[in-house]
Order: sequence, then structure tokens, then C-alpha cells
Amino acid sequence: MLVNEKVALEHGLKSEEYKKICDLLKRTPNITELGIFSAMWNEHCSYKSSRLHLKKLPTKGKKVIQGPGENAGVIDIEDGDAIVFKIESHNHPSFIEPYQGAATGVGGIMRDVFTMGARPIANLNSIHFGSPQHKKTKNLLRGVVHGIGGYGNCMGVPTIAGQTSFDSSYNGNILVNAMTLGLAKKNKIFYSKAAGLNKPVIYVGSKTGRDGIHGASMASASFDDKIEEKKPTVQVGDPFTEKLLLEACLELMSGDSIIAIQDMGAAGLTSSSIEMASKGNLGIEINLNKVPCREAKMTPYEIMLSESQERMLIILENGKEELAKKIFDKWNLDFAIIGRTTNTKNIELFFDDKQVANIPINTLVENSPMYDRKWKKAKLPKKNKIKNDVFNNLKIKDVLKKILSNHNVCSKEWIWQQYDHTVMGDTIQKPGGDSGVVRVHGTKKAIAASVDSSAVYCWAHPLTGGKQVVAESWRNLISVGAIPVAITNCLNFGSPENEDNMGEFVECVQGIGEASKYLDFPVVSGNVSFYNQTKEVGIKPTPSIGGVGLIKDYKKMVTMNFKEINNLVLVIGKTEGHIDQSLFARAILNEKNGPPPEVNLFNEKNNGQSLLNLIDKNFIKSAHDISLGGLITAVSKMCIMGNKGIQFKKTKNLINKIEYFFSEDQGRYLIEINSKDLANVSKILDKNSVYHEELGIIIDGEMIIDDKTKVTIDELKSYYTNALKEYMST
Amino acid sequence: MKSSVITFPGSNCDRDMDVALKKFGFKNKMIWHNDNELPKSDLVVLPGGFSYGDYLRCGSMASKSKIMQSVINFAKSGGLVMGICNGFQILVETGLVPGALLRNRYLEFICKNVFVKLNNKDNSYFKNLDKNIFEFHIAHNEGNYFCTKDQLKEIEDNDQIAIFYCNDNGQINDKFNPNGSIKNIAGIFNKEKNVLGMMPHPERMIDQSLSGEDGSLFFKNLINNIK
Repeated sequence: MLVNEKVALEHGLKSEEYKKICDLLKRTPNITELGIFSAMWNEHCSYKSSRLHLKKLPTKGKKVIQGPGENAGVIDIEDGDAIVFKIESHNHPSFIEPYQGAATGVGGIMRDVFTMGARPIANLNSIHFGSPQHKKTKNLLRGVVHGIGGYGNCMGVPTIAGQTSFDSSYNGNILVNAMTLGLAKKNKIFYSKAAGLNKPVIYVGSKTGRDGIHGASMASASFDDKIEEKKPTVQVGDPFTEKLLLEACLELMSGDSIIAIQDMGAAGLTSSSIEMASKGNLGIEINLNKVPCREAKMTPYEIMLSESQERMLIILENGKEELAKKIFDKWNLDFAIIGRTTNTKNIELFFDDKQVANIPINTLVENSPMYDRKWKKAKLPKKNKIKNDVFNNLKIKDVLKKILSNHNVCSKEWIWQQYDHTVMGDTIQKPGGDSGVVRVHGTKKAIAASVDSSAVYCWAHPLTGGKQVVAESWRNLISVGAIPVAITNCLNFGSPENEDNMGEFVECVQGIGEASKYLDFPVVSGNVSFYNQTKEVGIKPTPSIGGVGLIKDYKKMVTMNFKEINNLVLVIGKTEGHIDQSLFARAILNEKNGPPPEVNLFNEKNNGQSLLNLIDKNFIKSAHDISLGGLITAVSKMCIMGNKGIQFKKTKNLINKIEYFFSEDQGRYLIEINSKDLANVSKILDKNSVYHEELGIIIDGEMIIDDKTKVTIDELKSYYTNALKEYMST
Repeated sequence: MKSSVITFPGSNCDRDMDVALKKFGFKNKMIWHNDNELPKSDLVVLPGGFSYGDYLRCGSMASKSKIMQSVINFAKSGGLVMGICNGFQILVETGLVPGALLRNRYLEFICKNVFVKLNNKDNSYFKNLDKNIFEFHIAHNEGNYFCTKDQLKEIEDNDQIAIFYCNDNGQINDKFNPNGSIKNIAGIFNKEKNVLGMMPHPERMIDQSLSGEDGSLFFKNLINNIK
């Protein structure tokens, strides 16, 4: 096939990019080479619009063993143990084919983690759908949940936490972000940097088929009316083969045969071989006739661009081929020596005894385009003035009912009951809490993880929103008694070629950077997903933050359910009554304007660390951070889960009760303590200048808001528990 | 007491079972599906998971695997064989216990705590347990027990039903049936009661930090019964 500019444009390259390729090669590429360039230079693989800005994120810290740039980030959790983790998007495929799209998203992220020598110990996910009323939402939700479960359940890795949101901006572009944590020994981490000449290049795992060709390019473009035609670009997952691949890789990794290993994810064999050679500053030679193929007569172009799942590329020490082959034979997986490392610094491909591609690797990697896209700075919106009459005309109980049964707040049990969350026998905090928690098998330690995003805040003011998501992740870890260690981020945005969308990206990243730097909560891995838009309509900016924390003694873990009648409930952090951009403003007042709540990083850090101190001293019986839906929503959840009520103390607030209960001011937690500890707890909080107030006392069976307003726990449960189940069954 | 846990390539509760058996005093060995011989064992366990991917009917390929011939012989000679979840599905496919396990009635995977009521304590698994209602954990997509009317009559006549799904008071009705199983059946025996297949996972309930501790009672009692 003749290559010209038109063919290049069909591959998603821009005219000037095609010209650059010809200049770099000093000739016209052939079709296989063009395919390789298009795969390496698309947004998904090259980060060409985001690289410049991602550089500004804080990625180092005392606990960081490996930051961004590898298959996943690695943190030190003491005693020679390390946690390997990352979050990744699989948005575009999941919208086209929800089951397979979501399933292979989970498969891909688990591979990223076990490629580094870690056994996956927990999965999380952040999934976002269009309005519940939209005709596609139910089927997409069902398909995605089945897909995530289908893959993770078969792998035998518990899905311990997640986040689900609904917003009409996702009507045409759902988001599926999957996160995995793995456990490894600090001195047994595997990297993707090749080293040494004439080392055998090994292909293991599933055979290569025609599925997923150009998947990464598809993920780097907006949707139009013809998305159905893109179905063949969606990969099909086989979790059983991945389970075999996991066990076989870990078995091989227990020895010393591996120099470098890289999974074949986006852009398959192309990006895995090129990345390994590039990092080692080497060349690589591959005989494509040796690649195990699922279908007959696959061309070099197809073999290089296939995104068939469950495959790995390994560079072995010489002489270890037989030993390695034995392991993969045991697990019934394909094993083929397909090439070797060279000193040419080129990627050279051979097929039927002919050279079919020869590209200097630096042209694909270092010389890949990098854009300083135009972007618009967002202004902080003006605060809304809401008249007291508006509040006075509302009944707290009615509002609470609407908020608790709102799809963004209500129980997501319908979702997480379909995920095996207890396999591996170490899940000590199940989904539905502030963070999921798993024990580090056989030790006193436990790892907490949470995934968060606040698209509405980011949309209203990206800089504040970016900070807020990191702060919320931090709070969710602290609420279960974990020391926050590091984060991974999945940055879901619209088109970077649109100045507004690009501005949202730049400022969200800035906010994330500021907060993670201040909180000493570095970013160790992540992924960017642009072009989440159909035609001209982009999604609300949705950075998902996956936070990971360490609990040194799992017996000190905290849960959110109220524990004991007559215990006191305190609020940490000040309630100022910020209503703009709250769920209350949107769902009850139908008010979409105004600034998001301010994020005060000093208070976040101070309040969080003080709470950790109280937890360490065993004062805290239950804790929960206050977020979406405000204070009374948070209290309701603690009541529902603990099957206990609360009698609110009479307050002398300057703000309206509605504002007090439903505002979404940041940096706040609810804590339960024994009344005899009140003086001690207050003393510690006062000493650290942490604002706190007594909210009420735990009682049996009902929530008593004031003399006239009472609601039974059973009523609260009925609002909260059934909304999603009922929605999905009608 | 010696136990053997069979590891199929897609087993994923084999380690959990190993941990549980060892915690309560068994000397446990992991046996690879491709082995020919079972070591001398007082108990053989088929663990949960997705034995060979289960893209075909769950457990059907595993039932024909190399090691299963020795497991079947061991069971027929009176040895104790317990299949949990996928292990139960494999037992059904070997014919060691009657019936079939269909997809859950709402076609969804279910992972949650359930209560079960013991139906028959005259066997090595449940005798000497001093309560009848246990809180166990289920995690499956195909746990909807089904059998023909004739089979059901035979099962009932032989007192082969091991456990029923119920509520915390032991009430057995459709409301407390998580997956649509006939008569709320959660586990059954073979005629001789040396083979037990059940969907719930006692090995996930062996520690107060986990979903509960009723699994501990089960395993402690089991090893005492075998001694």
C-alpha cells in the first residue's frame, strides 16, 4: 500500500506530523512504519499535549521507590515490602462495548502491576455515567459492572472500593478508570529497561489476533455518529489466560532470568518493544514470523498494531530460555523467542526474510511531538446570594430524603455486590466505607486505598477542583486510620485542541500538584485520557485520584458505622455554609453557578494529622469525612451503617440550618468518641488549633434533628439503600 | 490430620483454603491438577475459583482433569471430599453429588454474607457443632442449585441436603434465597455423606477482622471430628 499524506491523516496523524516523520526518516515510511509512528505518536501513548504540564507534578518523596515513567508507581511500606499501583482509563472502548471495554481495562491495569513483580492484592474503580434518565445509562452501567466483575472475579483479586457518579456531561462519553494495587518485595521490583546486547526477546501469553488494532488511536479521537463502526477496535479479554500469565510471570520472577519486562498494552508489540529498547538506549530486532498468531495471514502491520490482551514481552538473560519455556509450558501459555537486542538503536522488523521496517527509536520516542497547547485560564465564579426565604421554605427531612436517594449519594451496593471483594482473605474494610482496606498478608500491616473525583468542582473552578480531589483522597485515607503515602491520577478531559478544555486540564493539574506537594502526597503514576467528547461536547473535567495509605497495625483501623449508644459525635473542621456547587444546590435548588468550596490546605493537613493522632491514641470509635451532600448526609451514613441514631445538640449557629447541614465546606470529619474522653480529645484538638464542635449523642433507632424533626433509621435506610437497586430493576 | 487442596490453573481460593486449614491444625498440601496421585489424605478439598476459565459449563473441564480420577476413587472408597463454590460445581460435574448449578436467577455475580441452616448433622462435617445457623460468605455467579423432581425426592429421602439459605433466625423461604436454588439448597452430600459440596466459603470467615468468625467454628469442629 502506497503511503502518502492522505493515508497518514487516516491514521490520525496531522499533516505537519506526517511531514516531520518524512524529515526524520529522510524518506517516505512504508505502511508498517506509518502504523508504528501513528501508534507511538498518538495522544494516548505520547502524552504530546500533556507532557509539558505533567512535569510539574511532585513525584518524589521519602516513601517513593519509583515514580511515573514505569508500568506503575512503587512505594515503600517498610519491612522490605513495597506497594505497586496505578490507575488507568478505558473510557472509549467501554462506551462502544461496555462489557469488554471495562473488562480489558481491569485486565490491563492488573498486567501493569504484575509486570513489575507484584501480586495484585486489590482492585478499585472510578466509573462515571450519563444522567440516570438518559436512555443508554442503564445498559452501560450494567455492562461496565459485569465487565469489571467478570475480569476481576476470575483473577481472584478483591475489588475493595470505588466511586460511581452520574452527570449528563457523560451522556456521550462514559468514564471507566481502573486501579490495581500489588504487593512486592522492595528488592524484587522488575523494570522495563532493556540492558545488554544479543539478549533474547521473548513473547509470552495469548496469541496475537486482529482485535484492538488501532485501539490507542481510537482512544485519541473524539466520537462522532459512526462510533458503532469502531467496535472492531475494542479488545476482547480472557481473564483465565491472564490468571495463568500472572502465575507464570511470578514464577519466572522468583528466579533471576529477567532483565526487563513490559506488558503489551496500548499499541501492543509496537510500544512494548520500543519502550524497552528506548529505556536501555539499545536497538531491537524482531522476526515477525515468530510471533504466535491467532489468525492466518496476519500482516506485519496487523501484528505490530494488534492490541490482543494478555501478552508480555520479556528480555531474558542468555541461557535462561529453556528454564523460562518450561514455566510457560506448565501454565499452557505460548512462548516464543522473537528477536534480540542490538546496538543499532533502531527497531528492525523482519517478515518472510525481508526487512519490513527500520526506524531509529529516538525518532519514535524523544522526537515525538510535544505541544504547548493554547489554554484559557478560568475565572473564579461569583458567589450566589441565596435568600433565607428559600431555605426557610424547605423541610430538612424532605431535602435529606432527596439527597440520600440521589444517585450520586445512595448506596452502591448493587454494584459492589457483583464484585468479589473478599477473595484472598485479607479484606478488612469492604466497599461502602471511606476507603477499602486489605491486610498485607501474614503481617500486622494493612493498606488502605480510595478513589475520588469531583467533576462538578473541577468544572466550576479547575484549580480549586484539582486541589479538592487530592484533599478528599487524603481525608478518605485518614478516616480509616491510614497514613496517606502517595497517589496515582487518571486525568479524564475533553479535547486538548479546545482552549477551554485544555485550560481545565492545565489548572486541574496545577491544583493537584499544589495539594499533593503541600500534603506530601506525591504522584507516583497515572494516565491521561483526552478527547472524552462526542462531536463538540466535552465531559466535565474529571481527574480521578487514587490514594494509597498505610495502617501500621490493622487492629487500629477505623470504620464509619456508629458503635455505641451514649457516645458523643464531634465535627472536626469549621462549617461555613458553602452551598454553591454542592449537591444541594444542584439537586434541590437547581442552581449550577458559583464557586466550589474553598480548599484550605493548612487546615486539611492540620485537621487530618490531628485526627490520625487521636486514632493512634485509640480515642476514635468511628470516623467519616464530610463530602458530597454535607454534614447530615455523612451523619446519616454513619447511622445507617451502625444501625443507631443520633440526637443533635441545640446549636447556636449564625448560619441557616439548611446551610449548616448541606453545605460542602472542606476539611471536615465526623468522629465518635466515648464521653469520658471528651476533655482529652478537646485538649489535643485545641492544642493543635483544630476547630471542632459537639454535634450530638448516639441514641437508639432515630435521628432527632430538633423538637419537631425526627426520622427513624429505617426511613433513612429506605432512602439510601434502595435507590440504585430500584433504578436498575425497572 | 492431613489435607490436600487441589489447585487447578484457575483456582483462586486455594491459598485462602490452605491458610484456613493450617490455621486450625491440618497439615495441608497443595496438589497440582496435572498430578496423577493424591498423597495420603484425611480430607481433600476442591477450592473456589475458575478452574479452567469456566467458559464452558463451570467445573466441567476440571471434572475430567488428571487428578480428579484419584479424587473420585478416594471419594468412592469413603474418603472425605469437600468442594467449595467452584469445587461444588466440579463435584456436580463428576456426578459425585447429584444436580446441577445454574446461573444465579438475576444473572448477576453475588458477593455477600448469608445465613445458612444445617439440615443434617449425622456426618463428619457437622456433627458436634452446637449451633444450627451459621453466617457464611458467598461469591459466585453460578450457584443456583437445580435438580429434577425425582432427584429431589431421592435427595430428601436420603437426607442429602447439607445446608439451606435462611435468615438469622433460621427461617427458610424465597426472600432469603440469594440465587434461586431449589428449596434454598446451599449445599448437599452424596448418599454416604462423605462428599460435601456447598457454595458458601467458610474459609473467608476465620478471623474477627474478616466478614465473621463462623468459619472458624466449622474448621475447628471438622478437624476434631476427623481425629
